[in-house]
Amino acid sequence: MLSKRNLQLDDRGELHHLLAIEGLPKRIIERILDTAESFVGVNEREVKVVPLLRGKSIFNLFFENSTRTRTTFEIAAKRLSADVVSLDVARSSTSKGETILDTVANLTAMHADMFVVRHSESGAPWLIAQHAAPHVHVINAGDGRHEHPTQGLLDVFTIRRHKPDFTRLTVAIVGDILHSRVARSQIHALTTLGVPEIRLVGPRTLVPPELARLGARIYTSLDEALVGVDVITMLRLQNERMNGALIPSASEYFACYGLTPKRLALAKPDAIVLHPGPMNRGVEIDSAVADGRQSVILQQVTYGIAIRMAVMAMLAGAAR
Amino acid sequence: MKPTLATQLDAEAMFSALVDAMRAAVPEQAAFVGVYSGGAWLAERLAQVIPGHHPVGFVDVSFYRDDLSRAGLKANVRTTQLPFPVEGADIVLIDDVLFTGRSIRAAINTLFDYGRPRSVQLAVLADRGGRELPIAADHCGGDVTVPADEMLELTRDAAGHFQFHRVPRAR
Repeated sequence: MLSKRNLQLDDRGELHHLLAIEGLPKRIIERILDTAESFVGVNEREVKVVPLLRGKSIFNLFFENSTRTRTTFEIAAKRLSADVVSLDVARSSTSKGETILDTVANLTAMHADMFVVRHSESGAPWLIAQHAAPHVHVINAGDGRHEHPTQGLLDVFTIRRHKPDFTRLTVAIVGDILHSRVARSQIHALTTLGVPEIRLVGPRTLVPPELARLGARIYTSLDEALVGVDVITMLRLQNERMNGALIPSASEYFACYGLTPKRLALAKPDAIVLHPGPMNRGVEIDSAVADGRQSVILQQVTYGIAIRMAVMAMLAGAAR
Repeated sequence: MKPTLATQLDAEAMFSALVDAMRAAVPEQAAFVGVYSGGAWLAERLAQVIPGHHPVGFVDVSFYRDDLSRAGLKANVRTTQLPFPVEGADIVLIDDVLFTGRSIRAAINTLFDYGRPRSVQLAVLADRGGRELPIAADHCGGDVTVPADEMLELTRDAAGHFQFHRVPRAR
């Protein structure tokens, strides 16, 4: 039975769905991170597979395209020995008029155990979780402007591997915070884990002052925001923002908000640089930084598999 | 509930008996692989007192258990560490209590995902019977009787000495 207070937890307080970082207790986040540590070891072996989810059927439902995220969930499921099917729902049933809930009901009738859902509408995974059969688990793989919880978890996992004490960190998140589910999930994860200072940086059109309600400080100057920070997350500037009224041009954006080696030098000498990918080199990040010694961008990709394995294993273990 | 100290079970005496049983019987270069957490402590201590050179490794069997959907994934999964080539190695798998045999089945499967060992032996501090699989210990510190609704839990004090406690079975 699911808890009434939080759809994500069952009545024993265990994780049943992963829909958002917001509202997730610290002990659950820490348990996911700790479990992922063990899966990092599995991924470094020659035999990168464990039999934990043998016989489970996992369906990737990507109503919005994302080859990279879908692939990482597929790899994670396969390394747990689950059977995984990826449906390009954007181009199949939905286009014939089937509702999301009917699609899910049909797949549940095929004995699905878990759904990984990406949707352009905020709240779509929530809707599916609300109507899912009791034994079925739902993972949000990014919904609209709302959240991308596994990305937020892999971000804090990567940070923790370099800087284990969250209570001493200053973190800057730079770019289109307003439209970013990645930023939202990361902010909630950092806050829950006790990070005392989060700085949100960007032009007013993309980082409006009301975002301060997330418990962060708002900066319009990147140079000011970077002074003394331990962690910098650069967000991807979506193409559709570049030709709108929100920013003048890509080159103008790079001049004001691009992370260059010179700007990076304003942060602490051991600061690390994160980016959720895919990167726009020369728009939000300089190649010298992206490929530099402070970049942990490819580690994020590696750890993303371990985080997704940990989440899937914990959810499958919660089935009763 | 506070665990009952299993006073009639002298874990240190059983450790001495296990050392005697293993001393002449394990290959000289055999790696000692402890099953977390009790078996890991045992493996470290045994490697110091059993003659020969014995590299030490640890396995966490959580990802190989057969009861995920009944018991869930335990909260503190540890990282398997086998800092030697498993391929071609003589291995002594070490655990504190041998009961159903399911952990040992899972541990053997874990080992084989790292390579093909030349041989695998099993050493346990205590054998409480109740096997559900065809698994037997090659070296044992002693047979014990424990009520079916209780578990034996090994603890290690600051001086490194072992004690057994009887605790109620979780499920």
